[in-house]
Amino acid sequence: MRYAMALDTRKCVGCSDCVVACQTENNVPLGFCRDWVAEVVDGTYPNVSIELRSERCNHCANSPCVRCCPTGASHFADGGIVLVDHDKCIGCGACIQSCPYEARYSHPDGYVDKCTFCIHRVREGSDPACVSVCPTKCMYFGDLDDPNSKIVNVLKNRKFKSLAPEAGTKPQIFYLV
Amino acid sequence: MKEELFVSGRNIPNIDPYLNIWHWQIPSYLFLGGLAAGILFFAGIFTIRGKEEKMSATVKKAPMIVPFVLILGLFFLFLDLKHKLYFWQLYTTIRLESPMGWGSWVLMIMTPLSIVWAASYVRELYPKWDWKFKFLYDFEAWVIKHRVLIAWPMTIYAVILGIYTGILLSAFNARPLWNTSILGPLFLVSGMSTGAAVILLISKDHKERKIIGRIDIMLIVIELFFITHLFMGFLAGSEAQINAAHLFLGGEFTAAFFGLVVLLGLIFPLTLEIMELRGVKVPVLVPAVLILLGGLIFRFLIVEAGQLTRYLY
Repeated sequence: MRYAMALDTRKCVGCSDCVVACQTENNVPLGFCRDWVAEVVDGTYPNVSIELRSERCNHCANSPCVRCCPTGASHFADGGIVLVDHDKCIGCGACIQSCPYEARYSHPDGYVDKCTFCIHRVREGSDPACVSVCPTKCMYFGDLDDPNSKIVNVLKNRKFKSLAPEAGTKPQIFYLV
Repeated sequence: MKEELFVSGRNIPNIDPYLNIWHWQIPSYLFLGGLAAGILFFAGIFTIRGKEEKMSATVKKAPMIVPFVLILGLFFLFLDLKHKLYFWQLYTTIRLESPMGWGSWVLMIMTPLSIVWAASYVRELYPKWDWKFKFLYDFEAWVIKHRVLIAWPMTIYAVILGIYTGILLSAFNARPLWNTSILGPLFLVSGMSTGAAVILLISKDHKERKIIGRIDIMLIVIELFFITHLFMGFLAGSEAQINAAHLFLGGEFTAAFFGLVVLLGLIFPLTLEIMELRGVKVPVLVPAVLILLGGLIFRFLIVEAGQLTRYLY
């Protein structure tokens, strides 16, 4: 089992619904977020292109955060989902420094927090909150090892990229381009 | 031109607009750890070579401050933790892939070792000192008898501690400025040089100061070589690393780094130490304090600048 997410940058309109859904679902404290929407503008007028990306923890297969964590608080859960065990986290900040995606933040309660792929929903068979609310249905969540899953299908038929693969982290969020 | 912005209004404290999760505590600790490693390394090596009496400031007096330096450093590390009451979790796990994990274990060994070492010399330096309990006197006698045996692991652990202060940073491949293996040796040499500076400040023996002064000259030259190498490596690296190097080669850290660290903290004290070897009278306070300040500022700049560097995508 290998959970992953694919996001269609050509369908995303940058409405930030995924951000709000995540904050509500996971009780993210005010002023923080586990996912966000980036707008990347490339080129000079009149030849410009724009890409909208909903970004979050990449649940890397070779996670620098899991490697750098001195207490084992950052760990791999079912399907390679990277989680933080709040009772083991000492808040040293090593994982925040080690993440090339700046996907982690220091929760006001002290521990480090980040996207969990809504593991509590996934275990019940639903999609993560961000995926389920997306009004353009631009996100696909699923198991890469299941040949019939939506995500495998969409990755088979579309061109995609991941963010900063040169960092060697083997990110598991794929952007359809 | 490529421009990226967060349209969802993301502005997380200490992460946006640039990462700044580690403040003064970490560079201060790196400085204290390196300094302690330097002193213990010299104390160990001169004990192994049987020079305790000739190098008394190095072997006996300077290590007196090391337990205080290490405990202060550990206190700074504790201050840095955001989930402080869970700090003991460090010692319920052994995680060799995590530099911070094995570093905390090295400190767990090094701090008591430095206390034992300093305590074994307390009565020699302060003859009126009374240990009060017999078992403490017995333990002291045992330590004094086995000093060379203790000096070996102490020297080796001192090197590990010195390297660790650099490896701690270089393990983060997300920060291109830190992600270079030369940072370990560079921090080790710099730490040893600051340790030597403390010994120079404490020692009153002309001969001892000459030996330590000579070693320090060598260390500073190696450090300058490593710094050159560091930037050569970056400039021959990926775009993220070239950008990291440019922070120091024309960017916002250039003046502070080359003015305060390289010139005032390394080249100027180096010149003074060479002049002193040639027979010119130089007050030892000047080069020693400059080396210490240079070492401290160096760590502040590297920690601060490293957090500004990242991969672009």
